[in-house]
Amino acid sequence: MSKKYVMGNGAIALGALSAGVNLVSGYPGTPSSEIIETVSKYPHDGTYLEWSVNEKAAMEVAAAAAYSGARAMVTMKQVGLNVASDPLMSLAYVGVKGGMVVVSADDPGPISSQTEQDTRRFAEFARIPVFDPSSPEEAFEMVGAAFEYSEKYKTPVILRPTTRVDHAYASIECPDTFKAKKFEGFVKDSKKWVIFPRLSFQNHAMIEKRNLEIGKDFSSCRFNTVTGSSEKAVVATGVSYAYAAEFLKDYPDVKLIKVGAPYPLPESFLLGALEGVSEVLCFEELSPYIEESLLKLIGKHKLNIVVRGKLTDDVPSSGENDSDSAKRIISRFLNIDTNEDNIGLSNAPQPPMRPPVLCAGCPHRASFYAVKKAMKDKKTYFCGDIGCYTLGNAMPLDMVDTCLCMGAGVTMAQGFNHMDDDAVAFAFIGDSTFFASGITGIVNAVYNAADIIVCILDNSTTAMTGHQPHPGTGRNLMATPVEKVSVEKVLNGVGVKKVITVDPLDLDKAAAAVRECAELKGVKAIIFKSPCVAIAKPDKKMRVDSDKCVGCSRCIKEIGCPALSMNDGKAVIDENLCTGCGLCSKLCPVKAIGGVEE
Amino acid sequence: MNKDIMICGVGGQGTVLASKIIAASAMKEGNAVHSAETIGMAQRGGPVTSHVRIGEAFSPLIPIGGADILIAFEPSEAIRNLRYLKKDGLVIVNRVPVKPTSLGCSTEYDGKAEIEFINSKCRCLVVDSDEMCKPFGSSKFFNIAVLGAAAGTGELGINEKTIRDEIISIIPAKFHEKNLAAFEQGCKIGENNYANQ
Ligand SMILES: Cc1ncc(C[n+]2csc(CCOP(=O)(O)OP(=O)(O)O)c2C)c(N)n1
Repeated sequence: MSKKYVMGNGAIALGALSAGVNLVSGYPGTPSSEIIETVSKYPHDGTYLEWSVNEKAAMEVAAAAAYSGARAMVTMKQVGLNVASDPLMSLAYVGVKGGMVVVSADDPGPISSQTEQDTRRFAEFARIPVFDPSSPEEAFEMVGAAFEYSEKYKTPVILRPTTRVDHAYASIECPDTFKAKKFEGFVKDSKKWVIFPRLSFQNHAMIEKRNLEIGKDFSSCRFNTVTGSSEKAVVATGVSYAYAAEFLKDYPDVKLIKVGAPYPLPESFLLGALEGVSEVLCFEELSPYIEESLLKLIGKHKLNIVVRGKLTDDVPSSGENDSDSAKRIISRFLNIDTNEDNIGLSNAPQPPMRPPVLCAGCPHRASFYAVKKAMKDKKTYFCGDIGCYTLGNAMPLDMVDTCLCMGAGVTMAQGFNHMDDDAVAFAFIGDSTFFASGITGIVNAVYNAADIIVCILDNSTTAMTGHQPHPGTGRNLMATPVEKVSVEKVLNGVGVKKVITVDPLDLDKAAAAVRECAELKGVKAIIFKSPCVAIAKPDKKMRVDSDKCVGCSRCIKEIGCPALSMNDGKAVIDENLCTGCGLCSKLCPVKAIGGVEE
Repeated sequence: MNKDIMICGVGGQGTVLASKIIAASAMKEGNAVHSAETIGMAQRGGPVTSHVRIGEAFSPLIPIGGADILIAFEPSEAIRNLRYLKKDGLVIVNRVPVKPTSLGCSTEYDGKAEIEFINSKCRCLVVDSDEMCKPFGSSKFFNIAVLGAAAGTGELGINEKTIRDEIISIIPAKFHEKNLAAFEQGCKIGENNYANQ
């Protein structure tokens, strides 16, 4: 045993390893990615690990392990649960034998996500129990508990941490080496494992009854707690509990109710906690989940309690909570005077906006620029997708017209083509996204005879989420090397007739490839192949010859590289950022930019 | 000990390593520590913060007006996070600005007004990353140098030696020499300035 200082995601990993987990699968996505990465870093005798191609695959791989009586965990970000919802909804009916924990990380804010969806709703929708940790320490404990509940009630159990818990560091005490549990193996029984309408009908009734039992069980669960005794109570969930507790530490009499196991609703716990309460404030993030649950409960039991929260506009309906909003909202609710004693900031200079940008030297910038150059003055649709390359939307590149969800770029380009075939419709898709959900869209486009150009931005990694391997990289979490799945062969295999592979940093060739494809009918693909600079770490540099530079700032206005700026009327390159990609040197009209040897 | 330390800057400046070393050092000295980092999309050139909370804490994030020390790698980022500082808290701020890429062409923002504002409002130690890093040939050493400056003021509440040991254990051996030199130099700046206050 020793104390390890780890991120909340690390705590979840250690919780699973401590529970003897047999299999962990998942697909990367902020804020969940470090869970699998942490598992892979600790000695884990007998635990199978994988990055799956997407969340649906991960869920199904894990389900089979759980059918076998093994302990399985599957990890993803909240939108990943949308992708995995098909297996999950059915799995809820079928149930499991070995413990199965589904980690779906929510992202209030949202900080790095497309949506502010609330996984607690998903849990209720799927009729699956859910735990909601308020700290890394609690997340660690909840994983173990989730495996136990899963095995006791033969159902997958969801753990839904949020960004601030995933990314908070704390000390976790646990063993130093881990051994996977022994398990029985799969026992054939088609009445149990093959989903049919009749089985679903029976199990649906069983599940509703069982969930009442789990609700009772949750009423004595250590994750649901109450302190204080006041008539006005605060109910808080997840990290919002930590903010509320921090503010209320000076007011220990105030009743503070934490709901860490929210579904199935722990009715008797809540009825007990609400005894003597006349007004309750629900302090939670994302959706008013507990608030609505309390309204139902209060209605059912005809209690005379006022419920405040998001629905009454006491708590903001979007965005994340924090210590500051906890103080503001709870003190207003309790009529507490908080004297502000901060530094006066009213006349502080306004800090500049800093939207995220493509890194200096990022090959995606060159790919976008090549297409932009080749398609100048042509009517185009640029359908983007999810990954670092979404940042191609920023000025001055301005090369992303749409971005919806993973894989949608290809199919939307197809849709635009059917609505307007005067224009050239492009899809930009990263290599990880291609394997996750791009291939089916390309098959759809080939089958339906669309005229589109698919640009695969192949940087040999899943960059946005922290550089995880994928089928094209030649390694997985159990072995290196493994056979690389070739993007080119996949494209050939599904019937894309024109496939060109080109280095985007070779600007002229890259632009020529785009022009060539724009003249052709059918589905064409250009694989822009150049490794992510954060991994390849090239140590070349470019420098501006300030005698030659005429200060036209074309380099800056055309490509928006963060290493370039103007100083005293001349372009300068920050050598700490520059990777020597040379894109700027190719568009300098007076050839003032050149490479320097290190 | 109870101490809330906030570190802020722009993605890529190396704030995370600085916060990791502070957290590890405080733990070495027997304190409970919680911390939180900016991870994900915002890391790509956006504003980043690390919250390090030494002693018992409920929340991973430092409350507004709660930070004892704000270590800012960039002037406008100091301003962005100044609300977290306690009224009598200490700001250690780098005067060298990072211009947002979107402003690449304009020279409006130079960090001067920001430093002036901070000087007029709080106890502060203004450092210069260009000067501090010149002997080491790369601005990448600023995170360790500024950590030295913070340690040198004595306000971190952590022994310089403890931090030095953590630098050695966290950073790969081939970078020890320069990083330790950067740290020493930072400590001197911190010590001298503290004597002047
Ligand atoms: C359904 C779903 N799963 C996961 C994510 C998280 N995510 C964001 S970008 C990305 C992949 C990026 O990799 P790639 O397509 O190779 O582009 P790169 O970032 O390397 O440019 C992932 C998995 C998501 N947004 N949606």
